[in-house]
Parts: sequence; structure tokens; C-alpha cells
Amino acid sequence: MSDATTTPVTLTVNGTKHRIEVEPRVTLLDALREVIGLTGTKKGCDRGECGACTVHADGRRINACMTLAVMAEGTEITTIEGLAAGVGPRHPVQRAFIENDGFQCGYCTPGQVMSAAACVAEGHTGSDAEIREWMSGNICRCGAYAQIVAAVRDAARATEQQGVAADA
Amino acid sequence: MRDFAYTRAADTVAALTRIADPAARPIAGGTELVNLLKERIEAPDLLVDINGLPMSEIVADDDGLRLGALARMSDVAAHPAVRSGYPVISRALELSASPQLRNMASMGGNLMQRTRCPYFRADNGTLPCNKRNPGSGCAALGEHGQQRAQAIFGGSGHCVATHPSDVAVALAALDATVHVTGPSGVEEIALTDFHRLPGDEPERDTVLPDGALITGITVPASPVTARSAYVKVRERASYEFALVSAAVAVQVSGGVITEARVALGGVAAKPWRLPAAERALIGVRAAGGVDREAARAAVGPAFADARPLPGNGFKVELATRTVVRALELAVRQGGAR
Repeated sequence: MSDATTTPVTLTVNGTKHRIEVEPRVTLLDALREVIGLTGTKKGCDRGECGACTVHADGRRINACMTLAVMAEGTEITTIEGLAAGVGPRHPVQRAFIENDGFQCGYCTPGQVMSAAACVAEGHTGSDAEIREWMSGNICRCGAYAQIVAAVRDAARATEQQGVAADA
Repeated sequence: MRDFAYTRAADTVAALTRIADPAARPIAGGTELVNLLKERIEAPDLLVDINGLPMSEIVADDDGLRLGALARMSDVAAHPAVRSGYPVISRALELSASPQLRNMASMGGNLMQRTRCPYFRADNGTLPCNKRNPGSGCAALGEHGQQRAQAIFGGSGHCVATHPSDVAVALAALDATVHVTGPSGVEEIALTDFHRLPGDEPERDTVLPDGALITGITVPASPVTARSAYVKVRERASYEFALVSAAVAVQVSGGVITEARVALGGVAAKPWRLPAAERALIGVRAAGGVDREAARAAVGPAFADARPLPGNGFKVELATRTVVRALELAVRQGGAR
């Protein structure tokens, strides 16, 4: 291994502070998965083209593969593992994905759920067309799109009825 | 990607001091630069995080619109003053990238993004590309070159790549100005002059001086901005770059177009204004919807100096229709007769 220069970084993930040592070139995605051990967030394309790595940074959905871990210091990161915290045991979006059979292999699912939770919180769920457009940053190779749209629709309805905050 | 050091700039002076070193690069949203690093198109020794600089404003007043270079694409698109006063900007932004990328990406970075030409982006620069490796040739112009996504205006024998930004097209239509600060001080550059045509130096995409930073973008107030539209034609319904796009803004008075702005995307290394079409559109009937035949007749001749390639001749007709469609949408906005 080359003598790469690591730097100390404190990442706040799902409310917990993690003090890690990483090279500046390590992405937030790799830091979450390989260093902190939170493997719920998936690596699909590693280039911002599939959305499988979607997490929340200060409540906004982002692609973790396009974020450097060092740049995420100081933001509150929420991953799929922490989505249901405080609204437990499952987030309304997770319930909706299960009830609507919104996945097949499950690989895109954490990213879809994180993206959907933000989409609902943003209010971009007024129609199926709007849902499809505002979920278009998440790709599903199994083609579960119809059920994913149904899940987001249901989650939006449930959130409206219960007034539940979509992000923990 | 190659390793690099990282520092956060506390203020603009600190940022400029660090990026004066040609081996340093500023980073904002990172949605382009991180990929350029992964693809080894960029290999700086130092990344200077400029996200702490005070350049995130979105302000609309009687003079026009002011967008800080660090304003995020999603925030600009969602801003009520932009949506109502400059809908072409809002629409162009919302049709770009994905919600996740728009939350990360900055306005300044959007202007600085590089071409999506597959030969430029090819693994480790293994294919002939004068923009990436000056002097290596242009695979698009080669024997089996793919030209579908390439330029019909302003190309050269060295490069026929296009600029992929959507909002740059909208800003070009509205005569925006790019504000820059660098070693020689503060500068204002017309958006339409910001991006370069390839000529024999395709490796330089913009006229941004070395060591300078974009600080903001301004759009002058004008009667046309509120009656504007953006149409993006692409092979997928979403999350895809434009094959061809059009940003259009009009003023309608007495049932006819009295002023028009037309800019094209996906056809050149910079947004392409059509001043001849803008003049010819004056007087076209717009009451109850734009007169499509008259609009086509006004726009068509503007393509006389297009130089399509064997693989992208369809863009001339496609761009013409895209402009007409954008005019239809723009005229319908605002509601005034």
C-alpha cells in the first residue's frame, strides 16, 4: 500500500459521531460502508447515475458516491439504517414499499426508500407523473417502477394523514 | 482517483490564494469534479473546498436576478421569484440531472461542467480526443465515430463536442452576466462569451482566467423573462442530457410577438443564440397561441449556417421543432393578450 495521507474526519451518522481516519479521496459512500460498517447504502454505479447510494445530508437527499467524506464533516447524515429512528419500527415509506411490493432483488431499495422519503417531505407527490419525475434519480434494474410509484403515493397519503415527519 | 490534499477555504481571499497554485482545484458541489477525478481527467494535488464562501444568494429585485455561484440548483429552481419571474431558468434546472444531484450541485459548477462526449469521457483517455489529450485527434470525426450527440454549430476539425448545461442555455437567452474574481480582480463576462468554441484549442472550455472563481450570475430585468420556456429533447424521459434543447423568452403585445430571445442547447460547445430568428419572430401572431407556421418560417432560416455532421443531420429539423414547441409554451405563459 502506498503511503497515502489520511486525515481525521468526524462524521455524524444517524445521530452518532464517528471519528475515522480516511484519505481525502474516500467518498462518503465508501466511508459509510467500508470504514463505519453501515452497509445499507449501496454502490450501484459509483458515478452519480443510479441513486443506489442516496442518503440524506441535513435532511436533503444526495448521492453519497459523489460526496467526499471529508466534505461531509459538519453535516447530519441519515442512512437507511437511521431512517425509522423516532418514528420506529418502520418508517411510513418502508411500510409502503413492503405493502406495495416495491422491490425484487432489493439492491436499489435503500436508495429508493431514502429518495422517496425526501420526495414525500419535499411535496413532489401530487400525481404519478410528478412522482416518476421526482424519483427519476433512482434506477431499478428489476423494473419495479410501477410498484415503487404506488409505494410513494401511499407513503405520501399516509404521511399527510398522520402528519409524520418524513425524516428522523 | 489519484490522492490529493484537502482544505476548506475560510473566505474568498483564502480561496483565491490557494487556487493560484495551478495544481489546486476549487470544489463546490463536487457532482462534476468528483467524476473528473475518478476518470482521471483531473488530478490536482489539492482540493480547496469553497462551500463556506458567502456566495449563495438568490435575490430578485427591480434590476433583475442575482444568483450566487454557490446557490444550489434545487434551491434556485424552487425559489418563488425565479419560478414566477424567470420560469425558463427554473424549468431548465428541474429538467437537469436528478433531485439528488440538484441538491448538491452549484450554479457556478454547472457552468463549468465539461462535455459529455463519450470520447472525452472514455476510460483513462484511451480514445483520440483533442479536448482531453491535445493533438491525439477526434474520434467523433474518425471513420466509425459516433456523431449523434455532437455539434451542428461552431465545431472545428479538432472538436465537435457540445456543452451539456441546460441552465446555461436559459441564461444565454436572457443575456446573463457571469461575475468572476481572480488574480486580476473582479471581471464581468457575458454568459454568451463565457464558453469557448473549440477552434484549434479545444482543451479550453471557458474564458475563466486561471486562478479565478465565479462568484455569481446576474440576469437583467426585462419584460421577456416572465414569458419564457425551456424544452429539452432527449432519448430518455428523464435523468439524461439533451440531444437538443431550446430556451425561449417572448414579449407579446397587441396579440403579436414584439420581442423574442432564442437559445439552443445540445448543438454547440456553448449555448447558441439565434439572433436572426429573434428578429424574424417579431410580428408573429400570438393571440390564442403562437402561429406555428409563421414561427417555423421565422426560425428555419437561422439554421442556414448550421454545419451538421453525417451522423447528426437530424438535429437541424429537431432543433427547429424544439424552438417552435418552446415558443408555444412561452406564449401560453403569463396569460396576457
